[in-house]
Amino acid sequence: MKELMTGNEAIAHGVRLSRVQLVAAYPITPQTPIYEKLSQWESEGKLGGVMVRVESEHTAMATCIAASLTGVRVFTASSSQGIALMHEMLHFASGNRVPIVMGCVNRALAVPWAFGSDQTDTLAQRDTGWIQFYCEDNQEALDTVIQAFRVSETVCFPSMVIIDGFYTSHFMEPVEIPPQEAVDEFLPPLPMPNRFDFSVPAFLSNVVGPLDYFRFRQRSFSDMAHSMEVIKRVDEEFGRTFGRSYGVLEGVHLEDAEAVLITSGAITGTARVAVEELRGEGFRMGLLKIRLFRPFPAKEVCRLLEGKRKVGVIDRNISIGQGGIFCQELKAALYPMATRPLVQNYIAGLGGLDVPVELIKEVARDLMGRDREEGPIWMAEP
Amino acid sequence: MDGRTLKQREYEGLRPGHYACPGCGMAIAMRLVLKALGSPAVVVSIPGCNAIIGNTYPYSAFNVPAFHSAFEIAAPTAAGIARGLEIRGQGDIPVVAFAGDGGTFDIGLQSLSGAADRNENILYVCLDNEAYMNTGIQSSSATPPFAWTMTTPSGRTGRKKRIMEIILAHRIPYAATASIAFPEDLMRKVIRARNIKGMRFIYILTPCPTGWRTPEDATLRLSLLAVHCKVLPILEIVEGRIRLNMMPKNIPVSEYLKAQGRYRHLKEEEMEAIQREVDEDWNRLLKLTEESPKGQSLS
Repeated sequence: MKELMTGNEAIAHGVRLSRVQLVAAYPITPQTPIYEKLSQWESEGKLGGVMVRVESEHTAMATCIAASLTGVRVFTASSSQGIALMHEMLHFASGNRVPIVMGCVNRALAVPWAFGSDQTDTLAQRDTGWIQFYCEDNQEALDTVIQAFRVSETVCFPSMVIIDGFYTSHFMEPVEIPPQEAVDEFLPPLPMPNRFDFSVPAFLSNVVGPLDYFRFRQRSFSDMAHSMEVIKRVDEEFGRTFGRSYGVLEGVHLEDAEAVLITSGAITGTARVAVEELRGEGFRMGLLKIRLFRPFPAKEVCRLLEGKRKVGVIDRNISIGQGGIFCQELKAALYPMATRPLVQNYIAGLGGLDVPVELIKEVARDLMGRDREEGPIWMAEP
Repeated sequence: MDGRTLKQREYEGLRPGHYACPGCGMAIAMRLVLKALGSPAVVVSIPGCNAIIGNTYPYSAFNVPAFHSAFEIAAPTAAGIARGLEIRGQGDIPVVAFAGDGGTFDIGLQSLSGAADRNENILYVCLDNEAYMNTGIQSSSATPPFAWTMTTPSGRTGRKKRIMEIILAHRIPYAATASIAFPEDLMRKVIRARNIKGMRFIYILTPCPTGWRTPEDATLRLSLLAVHCKVLPILEIVEGRIRLNMMPKNIPVSEYLKAQGRYRHLKEEEMEAIQREVDEDWNRLLKLTEESPKGQSLS
């Protein structure tokens, strides 16, 4: 039985089903409906946990980190300026290895002020040591919240469950709400101990010397690399339990594709339509959706793009002075390949600008006619 | 207090081997607070002298679990821990946040205000040494007028924030000021605060030989002078009622100022200006005390 709901509501359902014990939150468009929905459920006694209505996103994350250290399951959500304000605390969370899950609703960073979807807010946090899932639609958002808690609590890293502002956060879609008993079985109570051990008092998160710092960072790096297997396993197990799994990547028509478009988030749904239309017109197009950005599935990307001649990366984000961020990551991942495909970057949809089917088809046509790479191509209108 | 004097309380929450400078007033204050708080408890430290006093990894000078948080979040860190303990059924374990004047008056003021507004169940202890001492003596909004620091080489032009009035405006269950020159009073306040649920705030003036340019053995004498020169009124605020705990001897503030190298450059008129400000603040406090509901003074 499916219910019609927005992406924000889907995330809120994921939080409720995960039996989160503490939510610390602060309003910001377009994330606010998550905060409101959870508050409404709390007031109706339908949310098991407590809401902490803090005075800033920075404090929201600080509260989540501190509560998580005591071994309780916590959640927060934010967007854009709020995620930017949290930046210091994001490093703090992953350094302390706390399994926080944060719903992130992509929104353009100021200035200029804008409210539409733009992934630069979360991608700017790529070096903070958080796991990042970019979700395509509302069902995936709900399911990924549950998966993210399971993953984070297994590998002791925090996770971001990311959706596009408005396109996903505010558009309604039919979503299947998993039964509570099945979620309880999939996601048992938090297995974390209280890190404040009264029998062995320690000074947590304390100042270390350079060698210890180096070793802690090295440990985080290798643990994050190992988390890839956990992420895949959790997704597969989720699929066996609930009948839906997503993979860290998803290839569409890759078998015979001569050119491949690479997308993430909500643009993927539109790209699926564009690719089908192009194939109907006789073009052998393929699509690769990147769901997991951290840890980056470099080996998996190489495997799926083996033998492909042309790849076009559509980025709804921009690193000024370099280019689209997914494209940079992809190029770095492809470097070890013996024969690398041509990789062309397309910047589209910044600030929430619509990326319709026709625009994606325009990208595909440019890619197919291309015999050399150039800097990012800015695609505003078909 | 619980009938025992300072000497009778054998428990120590701050162990030998801490990293304070010789003569540090803050280490004395932390020792007294933790001694009165007892065990179990959780300590939140933030960047500044108080965290450094706690020693570095893998050591800890604290006899209870402690967490080194970030500069501007002493209050919400303590609140998050307190809420987590509450959820785990350990809500009776006190959580104390130590923050300096920078972490309280300046960078942490917003998050302190938020925690106070939510009446979080924490004990917040402000250890005021009147400048950013850990980074090497830079001016904060708790640095008094005319005081020398590395960033106010010819004396601070601003005035010290009235932090207790900011706290008063939040109408929290308990707030107090204390001095390390009156350890019994200080510990009585910590014990009283421990037994109250909700947001509690204790302000302690902690002389800093390094930053105040004073001899290492002058700390307690300066603490005593601060009280008797009316620089530090000793008071409690319970549910908005202000109560003065101690009558100062009304010693001229110049005695206090002349004992500190950071005021070496003071001209006579500047010293008079400080005296006027101290008197004004004291009279203002008396008025506030009379106006506060069922206010009691000098008891």
